[in-house]
Amino acid sequence: MSIEVCAGSFSYRRGTPILQDVSFSAESGEVVAILGSNGVGKTTLVKCLLGFLPWDGGVTRIDGRDLRKIRGRELWRRVAYVPQARAPVFSYRTEDLVLLGRSPYLGDFAMPGKRDRELALHAMELAGIPHLAGKRCDQISGGELQLVLIARALAAEPEYLVLDEPESGLDFRNQIVVLDLIERLCREQNITAVVNTHYPDHAMRISNQALLLFGNGVHLFGRTKQILTAEHMRAAFGVDIAIRSEPVNGREYAAVIPLELIEKGEHGRWIEP
Amino acid sequence: MDQRRKFAVWMLVMLAAIVVFSVLALCMGQFHIEPARVFEELFGARRALAAQDNVRTVLHNIRIPRILMALIAGAGLSASGAAFQSLFANPLATPDTLGVANGASFGAALGILLGGGAAEVQLLALLFGLAAVALVYAVTRGAGAQNPSMLMMILAGMVISSLFSALVSLVKYVADPQDVLPVITFWLLGSFSGITRSSMLLGAPLILVGTVLIFLLRFRLNALSLSEDEARSLGVNLKRVRAMVVAAAAMTTAAIVSACGVIGWVGLLIPHIARMLFGNDNRYVVPASIGAGALFMLLVDTLARCMNAAEVPVSILTAIIGAPVFILLLRRTGGLRT
Repeated sequence: MSIEVCAGSFSYRRGTPILQDVSFSAESGEVVAILGSNGVGKTTLVKCLLGFLPWDGGVTRIDGRDLRKIRGRELWRRVAYVPQARAPVFSYRTEDLVLLGRSPYLGDFAMPGKRDRELALHAMELAGIPHLAGKRCDQISGGELQLVLIARALAAEPEYLVLDEPESGLDFRNQIVVLDLIERLCREQNITAVVNTHYPDHAMRISNQALLLFGNGVHLFGRTKQILTAEHMRAAFGVDIAIRSEPVNGREYAAVIPLELIEKGEHGRWIEP
Repeated sequence: MDQRRKFAVWMLVMLAAIVVFSVLALCMGQFHIEPARVFEELFGARRALAAQDNVRTVLHNIRIPRILMALIAGAGLSASGAAFQSLFANPLATPDTLGVANGASFGAALGILLGGGAAEVQLLALLFGLAAVALVYAVTRGAGAQNPSMLMMILAGMVISSLFSALVSLVKYVADPQDVLPVITFWLLGSFSGITRSSMLLGAPLILVGTVLIFLLRFRLNALSLSEDEARSLGVNLKRVRAMVVAAAAMTTAAIVSACGVIGWVGLLIPHIARMLFGNDNRYVVPASIGAGALFMLLVDTLARCMNAAEVPVSILTAIIGAPVFILLLRRTGGLRT
C-alpha cells in the first residue's frame, strides 16, 4: 500500500523545469508534507501527482501501478483530492456537496441512493461536522468549508488523501482542527495523506516524512526531522530560522521561529542545500 | 418541510397544473371549443365515428401540436439553461451562450430568403444552429489548449454568435422589404403560431432526446459546476460528460429555435426560479426547470393566442411577463441563490 512518485519532472516552459527528478513515497497510514516557498511548485507537484498535469518525465504509482493506467473511476475511489477551500459558484447544501464525493461510484446517468447518503453523513461525522448538514456553503465559515471538502473526500472511502494547503487561511484553532483530523484519519482509518503546507510547524506536527522544494528543480525528501532543519529551511525560504522544541504531556511540540531575512546568493538562490 | 417532500409536492402541483391548463388551452382561442368536445376528441371511444369537421381539424392539426410544442419547448429551453449554467459555472449562462440561437436564425433567414418552404426553413435553421456550436467547439480546440477552459468556450460562443448575428443582418439587408423582410422579422421574433403537426414532429424528437439526456445527467451537473480539477477528482470523465451536455443542450435549443424562432428569457428565468425554490442541487433544479418551463411557456403562449385577434409574438410576452415575475421572486426570496 503506497503512493509514490518516481523521478517526476515537469516544466511549464521548455528549458525551465519547475520540478526535476522528484521522488518520494508514502506508505499506508503515513503523512507526507510538501513544503517550499510561494511559486516553487507545490501545487504543480500535487497536480502532476494526481495526473491533472502530465509529467514530462517520471511517473506516479499507486501500489506499484502507473496512475495513468488506472481507470478514472477506480482511481478516484482510492485517491481523494481536497482542493484549497474556495466556495463553489453555486452554493450547494453541505450534505449535497459531500454527497458528490460518492461520484466515483456512480455512472454518468446514476443517482446517489440511500447508502450513498448514509456514507456521506458518516463522512461528515468523521470530519466532525454533522451539525453543518442543512446549511448552504455560503452560510458557513472558511474553516467549516475546508472540513466539508475533507468530508467530501472521505465520502469516497479513499485509501489516499491528497490535500492542497488544507489549513491556509484558517484561524489558529481551525488550523489545529484540520491538522488533528488529518492525523486522526491516518492513525485510525489507515489513510495515507500527502499534504501541501506553508507551515513547517504543521509539517512537524503531523508528518512522518517531508519533501522540501528549493526551486529550480532542487529538493530534499526524508524523515521530517532530518529534512526540516534550520539549515535547510534557511536555504529554502531565505529566512534565518530557530527551532525550539517544547515537551507537553509527553509529546514534543516544535515551533519554528523566523528570525531575519537573508539576501539571495549569486545564483539567485539563497544557499545550495 | 423536508426538502424531498417539498420537492415531490411541488412537482405534483406543477404536473396537475400542466394537465389542467393544457386542457383549458385546448378549449380557448379565437375558435372556442366546448370542454366536453375536447374530452370526447381526446379520450372518446366514438371519435372514429364522428365526422371530420372544423373542430377536429383545429384540435388535431393546430392546437394539439402547438400546445405540445409550447410544453416541450419551455421544458427544453429551461433544462438547457440549467445545464449550461452548471457547465459554465456561471449563473448568467443561457441556452444561447454557444451561439445556437443566432446560428439557427441565420439558417432560417437564409431559408426564407431563398424561398424555401416551412420544412426547408426549419431544417436549414436546425443545421446552422448545430453548425454554430460545432464551430465553437472547433475554435476552442484549435486554440492549442489541450483542455480548453469553459471561459474560452463562452468567449468563442460570443464570437460565433455575433458572427451569425451579422450574417442575419446581411440577409435582412438584402431581403426584399416588401414581402421577404417582414417574414424574416416575424420568424426571428419567436412564436408558436406557425407550428403545424409536421413541424412539431420534426422538432420534438430532438428536443425530447436532448432534454432527457440533461435530466439523466443532472447529478453529474453538480460536479461539472466545480473547478476542473475538483470535477476530475470526483471521477467525472470531463471530456465525455461535457460533450454530452453541450450536445444535448445544443440539440434541444437548435430544434426549438428552428421550429419556433428565438424565445428569450425562459432559459435564464426558469432555472433561477427553480433555484430559489429548491436550492442549487441539479437533482432538483433540472426536473423543476422542466416542469416550470413547460407550464410557463404554455401559459404565455395561451395568452399570446387569446389576448388579441392578432397574435402577439410569444418572445415579447416572455420578457414582459418574465421580468416582473423574476423581480417579484427576487424580492420575496431575498436574492439570487447561486
